Amino acid sequence: MDATPINRDLLLEKAQALVSSLESAETSDEQLESQIDEINSFKDNHLFQELGKMTREIHDSIMKFRMDSRISDLAETDIPDAKDRLEYVITMTEKAANTAMGVIEEGSPVAEKLGAEASVLKAQWQKFRKRELSPDELRAMGKDVEAFFDESDLMMSKLLSGFTEILMAQDFQDLTGQIIRQVINLVNEIETNLVELIKIQGESQTQAKNEPMNKPQGETKLEGPQVPGKESSGDVMKGQDDVDDLLASLGF
Amino acid sequence: MKILIVDDFSTMRRIIKNLLRDLGFNNTEEADDGNTGLPKLQSGNFDFLVTDWNMPGMTGIDLLRAVRADERLKTLPVLMVTAEAKKEQIVLAAQEGVNGYIVKPFTAQTLKEKIDKIFDRIEG
Repeated sequence: MDATPINRDLLLEKAQALVSSLESAETSDEQLESQIDEINSFKDNHLFQELGKMTREIHDSIMKFRMDSRISDLAETDIPDAKDRLEYVITMTEKAANTAMGVIEEGSPVAEKLGAEASVLKAQWQKFRKRELSPDELRAMGKDVEAFFDESDLMMSKLLSGFTEILMAQDFQDLTGQIIRQVINLVNEIETNLVELIKIQGESQTQAKNEPMNKPQGETKLEGPQVPGKESSGDVMKGQDDVDDLLASLGF
Repeated sequence: MKILIVDDFSTMRRIIKNLLRDLGFNNTEEADDGNTGLPKLQSGNFDFLVTDWNMPGMTGIDLLRAVRADERLKTLPVLMVTAEAKKEQIVLAAQEGVNGYIVKPFTAQTLKEKIDKIFDRIEG
């Protein structure tokens, strides 16, 4: 605390005057009181100066904090933006879950049908092995087997394309992961700012030394996945076709 | 054909690995960023690199630069598969010598097309 020092010489002079007034029988009570008040005022002045200084510091700190544009950016842009991004995460995870369940719902009957047809054929085959099939039945089984081969080809490719669809649906984990990391960074930044605010309250008597909190900026700022409705400013490709056109224009 | 897949998300590495296997490429290895990927490339006779851009540690663009600056790796075909979709970034990747660029989310068909195109060009 570097408050204005008390003027000791002046105070000593006043105190000695008070002592000699007290020693003298001629001094009136009023005179003594006024001398005591005068000495008291040294303390008051000092206190008021300190109080004024503290008030000014608090005021400056708060103004500085308010004027830091990053804070208003956080409140006006980044937090609403983060909400939209999290909504997009919900949409993407929901879509991936539905894709996977859709493929399973479509694929299970296919697998069941193949299994059922195979057991019919197996029963026929066992009869054939026991020589219980008539020539007509044998011809019928031959046709069934052929039909089964054709069908199983078709069904298998259906199932395999379903597997690829499920596989591709898992890309949500990477994209939502990137978005969630961005939101975590934002939460960390808000935390830092809140701590700063608490510090201002607590350390208001000391010189406020909050440096401007600016968004970290790299050489090329990476944006991560584009969120619908939240496309970054500047030229952003809408999809692979745009990218291909751009690369083609560059001679690719 | 030995392929290195570099992405910080293991799910994405697994997706790409499975898609490559469907395309007939069974010999793949994985790394989670440029810092772990580059030593693998330098010691492992890879024929092809598939890399993400935005990764902690060494990013994909820096990995691409390192590959192009390395005497033994500089001709390695590099396919970038990333969520970064800004024009300036794609132009930058092209300038640094990328052979193909796919934006996430992508389809199995897109991956096949880009890989075919890269190898057609190299062979042709």
